[in-house]
Amino acid sequence: MSGAIAAPVTVSRSLWADARMRLFRNKAAVTSLFFLIFMGLLAIFGPMFSPHQYERVYTEYVRVPASLSAYPKPDQVAPAVERIAARIRAQIERQEIIGGSVRVTLVSPRAIDERNLAFFGRSDLFQGSNVIERADEGRKLVIDAPIRWRTFLFGTDGNGRDLFTRTLIAGRVSLAIGLLATGVALLIGVIYGATAGYLGGRIDTVMMRVVDILYALPFIFFVIMLVVFFGRNFILMFLAVGAIEWLDMARIVRGQTLSIKRQEYVQAAEALGVTSGGILKRHIIPNTLGPVVVYMTLLVPKVILLESFLSFLGLGVQEPMTSWGVLIADGARNIQNAEWLLFFPALFLVSTLFALNFFGDGLRDALDPKDR
Amino acid sequence: MAHWRTAMLSYILRRLISALPTLFVVVTLSFFLIRLAPGGPFDLEQPLEAKVMENLNRIYKLDRPLIEQYWLYLSHLATGDFGPSFYARDFTVAELLSRGLPVSITIGGLALLLALAIGIVLGTIAAFRQNHAADYSVMVFATFGITIPTFVVAPVLQIVFGLMLAWLPVGGWNNGHVRNLVLPVVALALPQIAVVARMIRASMIEALRSNHIRTLRSQGLPRSTIALHALRGAMLPVVSYMGPAAAALLTGSVVIETIFGLPGVGRYFVEGALNRDYTLVMGTVVMVAVFVLIFNLIVDILYALLDPRVRYDT
Repeated sequence: MSGAIAAPVTVSRSLWADARMRLFRNKAAVTSLFFLIFMGLLAIFGPMFSPHQYERVYTEYVRVPASLSAYPKPDQVAPAVERIAARIRAQIERQEIIGGSVRVTLVSPRAIDERNLAFFGRSDLFQGSNVIERADEGRKLVIDAPIRWRTFLFGTDGNGRDLFTRTLIAGRVSLAIGLLATGVALLIGVIYGATAGYLGGRIDTVMMRVVDILYALPFIFFVIMLVVFFGRNFILMFLAVGAIEWLDMARIVRGQTLSIKRQEYVQAAEALGVTSGGILKRHIIPNTLGPVVVYMTLLVPKVILLESFLSFLGLGVQEPMTSWGVLIADGARNIQNAEWLLFFPALFLVSTLFALNFFGDGLRDALDPKDR
Repeated sequence: MAHWRTAMLSYILRRLISALPTLFVVVTLSFFLIRLAPGGPFDLEQPLEAKVMENLNRIYKLDRPLIEQYWLYLSHLATGDFGPSFYARDFTVAELLSRGLPVSITIGGLALLLALAIGIVLGTIAAFRQNHAADYSVMVFATFGITIPTFVVAPVLQIVFGLMLAWLPVGGWNNGHVRNLVLPVVALALPQIAVVARMIRASMIEALRSNHIRTLRSQGLPRSTIALHALRGAMLPVVSYMGPAAAALLTGSVVIETIFGLPGVGRYFVEGALNRDYTLVMGTVVMVAVFVLIFNLIVDILYALLDPRVRYDT
C-alpha cells in the first residue's frame, strides 16, 4: 500500500491573472476590446491604403453622397463635358458613353486648338483625351475621353474631400489626443495623489486644498485660456488638458493610498528603513493601479469628447488636419442638405466611445472583487 | 432636535465663511491668467489709432499697473460691482449676467428636474429587474446618452421635431414660451438622465441587498414602499454628483445656447475669453464659482438629511 496520496496541484493565480480571466468571460468587454483594436489599426493604417489623400480637394465632387458604386454617376458626365466644351469654346454635336469612356464630337466655327483638350485631363472625371478623328480642317473633332472612376465610400465634404479618408485621419488624431491627455493626467494624478496620501498630515491637507480650489475654477475657462496661450498647437494643448484632468485621478489615488499605507507590508518596509520614495514606487503606486486603470479607460472617451467639444467651438484641431469633433461640427452645420457628413463621423465616434465605456465597465467588474 | 438645528446653522455659517478664501483664490488666479494672455480687448483686425487706443486704455484704466488694476477690481467686486463690459459696449457685466442668467437657469433647472425624475425612475426599474430585458434596455439607453455628444443630439432633434414633423420651433427664446423650451431642455437633460440612471441602478442594487431592505421584503411590504426606502440610501452618490453638475447646468451650456440660439450666459464665457473682455470673463468666473460653492454646500446639507449617520457637530 503506498502511503503517498498525490496532492492536487493548485496553482495560485495572481490578482491580475484572475482579473484577466474574469474580463475574458465578459463578452461585451471582449467584443469592445477587439473593436477598439480594429479601430486603432484602421486609424493608423487605413489612410495608407485609401486611394484618396485626406486633404485632396475634388472640385467637381463637392458634397457628393456616400455611395458604394464609383463616381462619376452617368448623369454627371454630360454636364462635365459641357463645362469643358464651353472652356474650349466648342459646341457638342453628340456625346455618348461607350464602356469606360465618353465619346464626344466637338464642332467650332474656327479650328479647335487641341492643346485646350488638356482640360479633360485636369478634370476630376476624366483621365485624359485622345483625338480619334479630325474633320473640316480641325473644326470638328471626335474625342475619346476615358472616365476616371473614383469611389467615395462615405461621400465628400463641402470642399470635395473624401470623407472616408478624413474620418480615418480624424480617428488617428482623436485617439492620439485621448491617449496623450490621459497619459499626462495619469502621470500627474498618480504621483500627486500617492504623495499626498502617503505623506499625510498638513502636507496632505494643503495638497488636497489645492485640488479643491482647482475644482472650483470653471473647467472650460482653463481650457480656453490654454488655447489662448498656446495658440492652436494641439499637442501642447492636450498635454495641458491632461494637466487639468488629473484632479479626479489624484483623489482616487489618494483615497487608495490612505488605506494601503496602513497595510503590514508597508509598515514592514518602513521598519526596514526603506525611503518614502522607494515605498511609493515599490508598494503604494503598483497597488493603486486597479482603480486607476479603470478610471483611465473611462477618461479616454471623456477626453475625446472634450476635444470634439472644443473643435465644435472652433478651438480645436485646425484645417486641413481634422478630428472627429471637427467633422461632427461640420456635419451638424450641413445636416439639412448633407446628412452623411454627420452620420459617418458620429458613427465612428459613438461606436468607439461605446466600446471604451463597455471595456471600462468590464475592467471595473473584473478588477473589483466586491461585485463577484 | 433644537441642538441639531443650531449645529446645522453654525455649520452652514462656517462653510460660507470658509468659501470666501476659495473664491478669492479663484478670482486672483483667473484675473492674472486672463491678463497675461496675449492680446487686449481693443485689438481689432484694423488696429485703432494710437491716440484712440491710449484714450480707451485710460478710460478703462488699463494703463495702470496690473497690481493696481487688481486691487481696483477686487474693491469694486467687494461692493458687488462687476464693472463695464469691454466688448458689449454700453452694458455693464452685471446687466449682461442679469439678462442671461434667467434664461440659463430656466433651461438648466428644467433639465435638472427632468434628469432627476426620469433618471431615478429608470435606474430603479433597472435595479429591480437586474439582468432582465428592462435592465439591458435602460443600460443601453444610458450608454448612448453618455456617449453621444450634445452637439450631435441637438441638431438631430431640431431636424426631426423642428423641420420634419414641424411640432416645435427649431430655436429661439421667444420669452421662454414652453414650446421653445422643450428641445433645448431635452437635449441638455439626456446625458444627465443617463448618468443618474446608471448611478441609481448601481447604488440601488447594493441597497436592495442590505439588511434593512431584506427585512422589509421579508415582511411582505409592497414594492413601491421598498423602493422608497432603498432610494433614500441609493440617492447619496447621485446627490454628490449632482452638486457640481447642477452648478454647471444652471450656469448655461455653450453648445445648447449656440445651437438653439438662446440668449443665456453660457456663451459669455467663450465669447468673453476670445474677445479679451476681461470684466465679462471675470464676472462669469465669479458667477460659476459661487454656484459651485453654493451647490457643494447644498450637497453636504442634503447628505446630512438623507444619511442620519452624517453629523456636522465638530
